[in-house]
Amino acid sequence: MTVNQGEIHCLAGENGSGKSTFINLIGGFYQPDSGQISINGKTFKHLQPIDAIQEGIQIIYQDFSLFPNLTVAENLALNTLLEHKRRLINWTEVKRIAQNAIAQIGIDIDLETPVSELSVAEKQLTAVSRALLHDARMIVMDEPTTALTRIEVDRLFQIIKKLQTGGISILFVSHKLNEMLEISERITILRNGRVVSEGRTSTFDPQELVYHMTGRKLTTGDRALQQRRYGKNHLLRVVNLFKKNTFRHISFDLQASEVIGITGLLGSGRTGLALSLFGVNPADSGEIYVDGDQVTIHSVPDAMRCGLAYVPEDRLTEGLFLQQTVEKNIVISVLASLLNWCRLINRNMTQILAKKWISDLQIATPSEKTAVQWLSGGNQQKTVLAKWLAANAKILILNGPTAGVDIGAKMDIHQKIRQLAEKGMGMLIISDDIPELIQTCSRIFVMHRGELIDEFATGEIDETHLVQRIGELM
Amino acid sequence: MRVLTKKKLFQHRFFLFLVLLIVSVTIGLKNPVFFSLSNIYDILKSSVVMGLFAVGVLIVIISGGIDISFTAIAACSMYVTSKLLLATGVTDSLVAAFMLAGFTGLLLGIFNALFISRFKLPTLIVTLGTASIFRGFMLAFIGTTIVNNLPQSLVRFSKLALFEQTLPNGEIIGLSFSIIILLIFILFCWILLRYTILGRGIYAMGGDPVAARRAGFNLTAIRYFIYGFAGFISGLAGIIYASMMRNANPFDLVGTELVVIAAVVLGGASITGGKGTVTGTVLGVLLLVIINNSLIMLNIPSYWQKVAIGLIILAGTAATVQRKVTERQGKLV
Repeated sequence: MTVNQGEIHCLAGENGSGKSTFINLIGGFYQPDSGQISINGKTFKHLQPIDAIQEGIQIIYQDFSLFPNLTVAENLALNTLLEHKRRLINWTEVKRIAQNAIAQIGIDIDLETPVSELSVAEKQLTAVSRALLHDARMIVMDEPTTALTRIEVDRLFQIIKKLQTGGISILFVSHKLNEMLEISERITILRNGRVVSEGRTSTFDPQELVYHMTGRKLTTGDRALQQRRYGKNHLLRVVNLFKKNTFRHISFDLQASEVIGITGLLGSGRTGLALSLFGVNPADSGEIYVDGDQVTIHSVPDAMRCGLAYVPEDRLTEGLFLQQTVEKNIVISVLASLLNWCRLINRNMTQILAKKWISDLQIATPSEKTAVQWLSGGNQQKTVLAKWLAANAKILILNGPTAGVDIGAKMDIHQKIRQLAEKGMGMLIISDDIPELIQTCSRIFVMHRGELIDEFATGEIDETHLVQRIGELM
Repeated sequence: MRVLTKKKLFQHRFFLFLVLLIVSVTIGLKNPVFFSLSNIYDILKSSVVMGLFAVGVLIVIISGGIDISFTAIAACSMYVTSKLLLATGVTDSLVAAFMLAGFTGLLLGIFNALFISRFKLPTLIVTLGTASIFRGFMLAFIGTTIVNNLPQSLVRFSKLALFEQTLPNGEIIGLSFSIIILLIFILFCWILLRYTILGRGIYAMGGDPVAARRAGFNLTAIRYFIYGFAGFISGLAGIIYASMMRNANPFDLVGTELVVIAAVVLGGASITGGKGTVTGTVLGVLLLVIINNSLIMLNIPSYWQKVAIGLIILAGTAATVQRKVTERQGKLV
């Protein structure tokens, strides 16, 4: 594949298609078994990280590769000092380098803050500014938008465009269709470690992209559950919920078989609301009704007793035991029902239950005894889902259900959401992905500074309006 | 935000300093001998060996590792050096004694680094293994008897004192010269950690080793430096210890490694790496040494010293962890 100067090139592919390996080859961290890399006419057989840097290649990794224990200033300057083969540190110079770095893209971050205290977006901007310090000629961004809200993504795109006018090439690695189509000029698609398609962005349409990435046609079951069903009872009703410094005046209701969405900027309190409903950080005041009965939720077990389940945003740290098997992860919340007569866990029943959910949700795993960490993001997400479905939850709170998940798995998850709703489950989806909300929800709430400020029925609003509305909140 | 963090770091050291002050004043009020010059000299002298160990341990801990073989290295270095000097008859040169001890320590430290770098084994496991190997090797091949007639150079070194003066009762007191060696290493380490790329690399490595490699740090080289340096400084500490004890006992120093690690952690170093300061470590060492040496002055039985040290370690680390928990909770939303 070729990337031209000043070009925004998109490297697309699902998780596990070989994108990351490819990036590591360009960065010099892995050595190719065969083939060669040419940069500005220089050909390398064994590219070392330092060669890549000297040739102007900068990689912004998905995890940003920042040092959490050091300040922003030092994070920005350290690579430059290393590159200049310095032996001593001059702290005024560090500050100067750091100020230059953030001035380049016109951002405002306190340089003396330790990186561990920054938000994800700030970390990303720090990583971008750092990359720019190195007279970069090509910047590789590995899934840069995974943890960003739509507004932050727009801001990133502006910065990318600005870099492009400076003659810098961008290799934008992603699996998000709309972002690829929006930002890139050319697209190269990888599948199972091969380039399956390559060409100008204008020659691709979404269906084609999906086909090349997944190898299957986009199933058009994407009809939204738009009809709101009026049951006798509200499945979940929340009245005037309040938590200090997090949210206030929260009132909404959820019917059985209904899917509602909450969107808003990061820090709007949406995750805080979900965590309160699930009893992690209980609310200070307000009323919660489940099936018409008022309940108190002071702890996670309280919430689980009421039939609530929560699939967290960061499934890796909050929702799963990565080193444990798929089976153990699925049954963790229903262990009490799997005990035999001497109060020990019945292995047979455990296995049967796990297998049922693996096949129901089509979790792609070699066996139920595989550790969850070896599954792809989408299948990990399905495992979390299976855990709660096994627990017979009535109300499912999904926080960013498809963040960082590739298209194939995303389609599966959306389909599952619809199926579950048809079976009578109520769902609350928190997401930045507006098309996703419009596709799956009957109503969408916009949260801002801890309050639900808007409510839209999906029939009466389209994507552009909603995106605009959220943009106004910035 | 930064003001807060700065304050926090400052707070930890300040808090430690306050505890140190309160402990000292309490002991001093109960028994005025505590503030006598000879006692202060004693405390400083007692801090030398632990202080040297702590400086080495600090660097290892900041890098995200842990070393529990340093006391074995120290015992090995002092014993091998004493035996060798006596056997070759080079009993007059202090430089030879220090060089030999330092070199032995360096060698053993590099042995650690070899395993850690080459085989990518966890540092705790490696140093647990090598500690046992070093000690066993010494006892099996070099000897098990205590060397009581140390080389003259070491005996002389132990008597070397600064600010010597004669008290009215005829007692001669002075500050052990070895404190100078500790001060040199403290200064060296402070400069290393704060003003050199190598030092910042050690912090970076402790923060995120993968990111450090991507940034272009040569982690292998840094590891060899860290464990080599820790070995070197342990070797010196060993020979100074022998000179202070006036004998080289191969069974000595065993079991003190955890107290040193505790002092470093008490000084604010994060056991998971990436954080720690020289000043904090010095305060941590002083606090533990004073408690070790002085509770006896309050007529507290020596068994209680262990309890007191344990409580201080728990309280000190609990305070740090508690703060992190509150920080995290603030961020969940």
